[in-house]
Amino acid sequence: MKFISEYRDARLVLQTLSEIRRTVTQPWVLMEICGGQTHAIMRHGLNQLLPEEIELVHGPGCPVCVTSLELIDKALAIASQPKVIFTSYGDMLRVPGSDRDLFSVRADGGDIRVVYSPLDAVKIAQQNPDQEVIFFAIGFETTAPANVMSVLQAKSLGLKNYSLLVSHVCVPPAMHAILSSPFNRVQGFLAAGHVCAVMGYWEYPPISQKYKVPIAITGFEPLDIAQGILATVRQLEEGRAVVENAYPRAVTFAGNQPAQAVIQQVLMPCDRKWRGIGTIPHSGWCLRPEFSDFDAENRFPVRQIQPQESPVCVAGQILQGLKKPFDCPAFATICTPQNPLGATMVSSEGACAAYYRYSSESVRN
Amino acid sequence: MSNKEDESTTIEGIVCPVPLTHNRKIVLGHGSGGKMSQDLISRLFLPRFDNPALRAGDDAGVVQTSEVDRLAISTDSHVVWPLFFAGGDIGRLAVCGTVNDVAMMGANPQYLTAGFILEEGVEMSVLERIVASMQAAAVEAGVQIIAGDTKVVQKGKADGVYINTAGFGTLSPGISIGGACARPGDSVLLSGPIGDHGIAVLCARGELGFNAEVLSDIAPLNHLVAAMIQAGKSGYPQNAIHVLRDPTRGGVATALNEIARQSKVAIVINEKTIPVRPAVAAACEMLGLDALYIANEGKLLAIVDPEAVDQVLMAMRNTHYGEETVIIGRVQESPQGRVLMKTAIGSTRVVDVLAGEMLPRIC
Repeated sequence: MKFISEYRDARLVLQTLSEIRRTVTQPWVLMEICGGQTHAIMRHGLNQLLPEEIELVHGPGCPVCVTSLELIDKALAIASQPKVIFTSYGDMLRVPGSDRDLFSVRADGGDIRVVYSPLDAVKIAQQNPDQEVIFFAIGFETTAPANVMSVLQAKSLGLKNYSLLVSHVCVPPAMHAILSSPFNRVQGFLAAGHVCAVMGYWEYPPISQKYKVPIAITGFEPLDIAQGILATVRQLEEGRAVVENAYPRAVTFAGNQPAQAVIQQVLMPCDRKWRGIGTIPHSGWCLRPEFSDFDAENRFPVRQIQPQESPVCVAGQILQGLKKPFDCPAFATICTPQNPLGATMVSSEGACAAYYRYSSESVRN
Repeated sequence: MSNKEDESTTIEGIVCPVPLTHNRKIVLGHGSGGKMSQDLISRLFLPRFDNPALRAGDDAGVVQTSEVDRLAISTDSHVVWPLFFAGGDIGRLAVCGTVNDVAMMGANPQYLTAGFILEEGVEMSVLERIVASMQAAAVEAGVQIIAGDTKVVQKGKADGVYINTAGFGTLSPGISIGGACARPGDSVLLSGPIGDHGIAVLCARGELGFNAEVLSDIAPLNHLVAAMIQAGKSGYPQNAIHVLRDPTRGGVATALNEIARQSKVAIVINEKTIPVRPAVAAACEMLGLDALYIANEGKLLAIVDPEAVDQVLMAMRNTHYGEETVIIGRVQESPQGRVLMKTAIGSTRVVDVLAGEMLPRIC
């Protein structure tokens, strides 16, 4: 496959890894932001081939993992209503809320459908005018353009039965939160390439300057990740801290401006609760007042649902790079993908699920 | 690290949401062929029905019917949706799926039964097409459908057509093939590219917004198996074929994990050797799926004695459904019950079973 196989070329990956070994002289802690990168690292076993000086910690960039318990409980409440079709990406169905998950609601008769795109949810709304159709709009900047397009499409079609349960989160505020934590260990970032494909990377130089951390915009194939690590380590070894684009085939400085424009048109910044981390100011997006008709929280009485999340859930520390899955005594013993205790074990982008699925026997036991 | 942080990572400190084991109601994952299906069998069915043939946990149960004769028996229900898709339909699937389960014991499938559950209102022409397809598949496999049953349920109580088939085949004396027979040193063979069936069915649903040009691989594999057994016998003192399994629901990853667990061995496969057609690989990339977990209906995995592997491989490649056979790995002693994969860049990772539902109703 063009643009994929070249970036999985074993010879080029191994060359870049040798270059990293030649460059590194001291220990460094790097965080890959995106859960997709965490999975690529584990799936291709890149972590086994890195020099021991480099420690990769896994960031908060798994949209399923960071979606707050409150929003999951709201989703469960809405999906249980009669005359409702609740649509979602598949991963969300297994995330446990306070007492059950969306699969359980479906087994109890709830009409819950997995879709691959929010535009499919709009089609379902067109085909079922007598039912309320809700799309669970989770995700980072990457999924936002498609989600807002579904709202604009529903509006132009005059649909009155389509709404979003919005749980959008943004990367830069999370990086600020991690870097300003007194427990922060992260010295360099592999920024999430697909987020930057939409947003560009104009938001990142101020972060790099303020906290003196190198940031490499990084893709998702083994060679991309190795190149992102090399770019970050070079800067650290040379005492520099700037933003570098190690994913130029997909990312430009300005990003996808038409996509940013539609996001601006429909969404606005808001405070957002992150599961296991807490509320981060201005870290999310919600619908602008002129689109409030498309907000599921205005259509269903769910605003009072505010479950208490534990402040000490290990998943939160994993999402901030403070802990690794192996540090958790429940990992792979009582907490498995079949029986997940936390969202990081559920999502196909979750760090615990990545470790569970791909880690070699020597490290798993 | 502060004391406060230490406290939060003790086992008492973990207060993540309560585990949900889905033991109150059936969910789709129970039918996925992965871990949840296995749990359902081991916790609910096996304790009630327990007997040696069932306990073996293979694709078909083998019973001794006289001092010399053994019979392999299997049954399979087919609920695939849509009923017709590129490369096949529910009828061909219903015949081939059961023929293959019987063949995976090294038996020669001869007779099938067929039970139809039809939803009121199904077009007669649809049923005619399905039955014609079953007839063609039965002729190809060389089996006869000798008994059947038809039930019609009210509209809305089923989804078009469901078909159950059972299959019976005799086992030649001396053949001992089963999931528990893999030995360290054995080679692992795969009869061709993986993931075709799952992706073809997914495309046929028309929900993806794109269409990969992939045909389902549904095929009867009994002639391939017969050729392998013949090759494994000739010039070799013992039967060289140790395990056969068709990687249907849960895919190659799940089938290999079952074998590793039943045989108490480790299986190491090499990522570079596993064939995936470009269209399947591209569809998997777009959908975030892993071809190792996608269903096949015309492929088999074989665990073969290393001394006979060349002749078995040649015999497989000489058959229509085995011409793309490759060696994908080998069996080793430890870690017991695990499947490992050497990645293209030289690292090693675990290949686990499918956790729950990946693609619903693909067979």
